[in-house]
Amino acid sequence: MEERSRALITVRDLRKSFDDEEVLAGVSIEISEGDLVSVIGPSGCGKSTFLRCLNGLEILDSGTITIDGVTISRGSPEEKPSRAFMEATHELRKEVGIVFQGFNLFPHKTVLENVMLAPVVVQGARPERAEAEALHLLGKVGLEGYAHRYPVTLSGGQAQRAAIARALAMSPKVMLYDEPTSALDPELVGEVLQVMKDLDGEGMTQVIVTHEMRFAREASDYVVFMDRGEIVEVADGDEMFTAPRNERTRDFLRHLVGVLP
Amino acid sequence: MRRLVTALTLLLFLALPSSALTASPGILAWGGDTEGGAPYMFQDPRDLERLIGYEVEIVEALAEKMGLKPRFVQNGWDNLIPGLERHLYDVSIDGLEITPEHQDVVDFSMPYYVTHLQIGVRRDNFDIGSLEDCRGRIVGTLKQSYSQYVLETVGDVDIRTYEDEVNAYSDLVNGRLEATLFDAPIALYYGGPMREIKFVGPEIGRIEYGIAVRKGEEELLRTVNRALTELRDSGELRSILERWNLWNSLTARALQDYGPARTEPVMYTRWVADLQPELTWQDRINRYLSFLPTLGRAALTTMKVSLASMTLAIALGLILALLRVFGPKPLSTLSMLYVEIIRGTPVLIQLFFIFYGLPNVGIRLDPFTAGALGLGLNYAAYEAEIYRAGLLSVPKGQMEAALGLGMTRNQALHHVVVPQAVRLVLPPVTNDFISLLKDSSLVSVITLVDLTKAYGQLATTYYDYFGTGLVVAAIYLLLGLPFVRLARWTEAKMALALGLPGKGKKRPSGLDLRLF
Ligand SMILES: Nc1ncnc2c1ncn2[C@@H]1O[C@H](COP(=O)(O)OP(=O)(O)OP(=O)(O)O)[C@@H](O)[C@H]1O
Ligand SMILES: [Mg+2]
Repeated sequence: MEERSRALITVRDLRKSFDDEEVLAGVSIEISEGDLVSVIGPSGCGKSTFLRCLNGLEILDSGTITIDGVTISRGSPEEKPSRAFMEATHELRKEVGIVFQGFNLFPHKTVLENVMLAPVVVQGARPERAEAEALHLLGKVGLEGYAHRYPVTLSGGQAQRAAIARALAMSPKVMLYDEPTSALDPELVGEVLQVMKDLDGEGMTQVIVTHEMRFAREASDYVVFMDRGEIVEVADGDEMFTAPRNERTRDFLRHLVGVLP
Repeated sequence: MRRLVTALTLLLFLALPSSALTASPGILAWGGDTEGGAPYMFQDPRDLERLIGYEVEIVEALAEKMGLKPRFVQNGWDNLIPGLERHLYDVSIDGLEITPEHQDVVDFSMPYYVTHLQIGVRRDNFDIGSLEDCRGRIVGTLKQSYSQYVLETVGDVDIRTYEDEVNAYSDLVNGRLEATLFDAPIALYYGGPMREIKFVGPEIGRIEYGIAVRKGEEELLRTVNRALTELRDSGELRSILERWNLWNSLTARALQDYGPARTEPVMYTRWVADLQPELTWQDRINRYLSFLPTLGRAALTTMKVSLASMTLAIALGLILALLRVFGPKPLSTLSMLYVEIIRGTPVLIQLFFIFYGLPNVGIRLDPFTAGALGLGLNYAAYEAEIYRAGLLSVPKGQMEAALGLGMTRNQALHHVVVPQAVRLVLPPVTNDFISLLKDSSLVSVITLVDLTKAYGQLATTYYDYFGTGLVVAAIYLLLGLPFVRLARWTEAKMALALGLPGKGKKRPSGLDLRLF
């Protein structure tokens, strides 16, 4: 585990329901700058919802989220989101990059245009500058020769690396990934995970919802296990997979063949 | 002349109070419909730029007596009375019948011509000699006309209604009809020259034509009547009617002029002569070539109206769809209501309303603006639905990815969602333009002469619906062709850009079938 510096992300008692079904039942966690955190847990336990709340794609019912000094907070679901709340959500999104399982690249734009778009539109960057920066980022994720291709012509691994470059172009403080490799052919998974390891090496704070248990164990600073809308256990990768303390964690891991000894 | 004013037009007209406008000094603006055909008013087959007909001659003589310069204003026959009310012209003369319904809404001069209905049968038919004989027979007449009403009162007649007389008479010749019933002037000009047809039976009914003047304009009405009386007394009126072979005992009685004929029916003879020659192919081609200036102008009108209204429809449709899908609740509902109301009412009524209705609240649009606006507002509702489908078929993840990058909702719509939706809807929107090209023929009800109107005018002038029809259809096809190509091209382009199936492959789009 890296040296714990200041908490970049603080989540307090985060709750979220969909039609009376409580999906997040009071989640609290602190994540420090530079951490690479893996979130694991059974299907439907609320991992995606948690991630989406972190950058405001889902509006929390109640609780507080602070990321790099920007706070969104709500007392109860009855409380109408104020203007200030919506503005803070917008600020939050600028600080937080998100990468989806299905890439969600913009199909009508080239890879380069995908990466340049947000800096130009949101930050008002000059197009030449944005382009230079975009080409630099594409190089970083190993897509030098692909700038002028359309997304449909990319492999899954290439598309996901392009999506990561697109998120990085906004210079986020935090990167969120929702099962970034689940839609990929097995031989393409490695190239995407490598990008995340490289970013970790540069000190990026990253939260990854994943089913790649080997990656979670080896690459993360620590692993978060979620079940039924709660964080059940937070532990070092080795500890989580060899000596989980909680019964529910053990139950979950037992069903994953070859993870527990 | 032939038709009763439709209930629709009358309703619109009655519901709206009139607004005053001073006529241009020294000018007698008169409204008529050149598609009405011979002998009323039509383009001279020998010079398409010239308008001839006995009504034209009457109105010109009339204007001279009034010391005014006549100026013709084209309007569809059904709308001559609303056009009068809208101050498009000072008087209307085009075989308008003096009936109680018409008199409710306009004033009429004294009758300048009186005529009757005429039965026509094939020369070898000896069974039908009167209206009563039509029972159980197949009889053709003009849609929504006085003669249709007369046939209905006979009862048990198998009535077939036609949009134009030419087709009725050719159906009589080829045996689809056993008899026809038309106003005598039409019978004379369209059935008369056909060797296979004869007229039988007595004069049926009584039809009086008068010059229509807006209610309340008593001074004008008095002057018109005075001029008509002078024309009658000097024998000019009779001379005009005789030139056109229209003088009859009913008119003689009405004008109290029982003397013997004085003038040769030169214009009728000329009409028949122009009909007779068996045209060589060369003549035919020359004739169609002579149509080109008229048709070119009409095609330009069709194109201009279509382009203007489509531009409006595309822009407004997008706004409506965005409000519907992404707008706040009240605006979304408004947009939905707009679409439902526009789609739920006939475009014809919308055009009428804009052109004839709005002047009553002080909005007076010229025909082109009214036509482009009417069609544009109408098509916007349909484009909105296409856009809406397009917007909804852009995956939700696209909006989320854009928001996740820090874009505002509007930025995401502008840069991510709408461009994709537009690409998706380009082919159906282009297809719609081809429909619009054809629907634009509706603007003829608000006095514009578009391709379809020009077709009607030329076809009645030359008695040639077939050949003229082919020429006009070819022009429509030519106008639509670039857009058919454009639709194909956008479809292929879109497939490429959005990674949809059908890349480069030729897919049947159904366009060709919709062109007629
Ligand atoms: N927009 C939504 N509307 C209603 N219910 C939702 C919505 N999104 C998620 N849910 C429900 O919330 C629960 C948690 O969903 P979530 O996607 O967060 O689970 P997850 O842990 O990411 O699962 P998986 O591993 O399958 O992706 C599920 O029961 C899901 O059906
Ligand atoms: Mg999930």
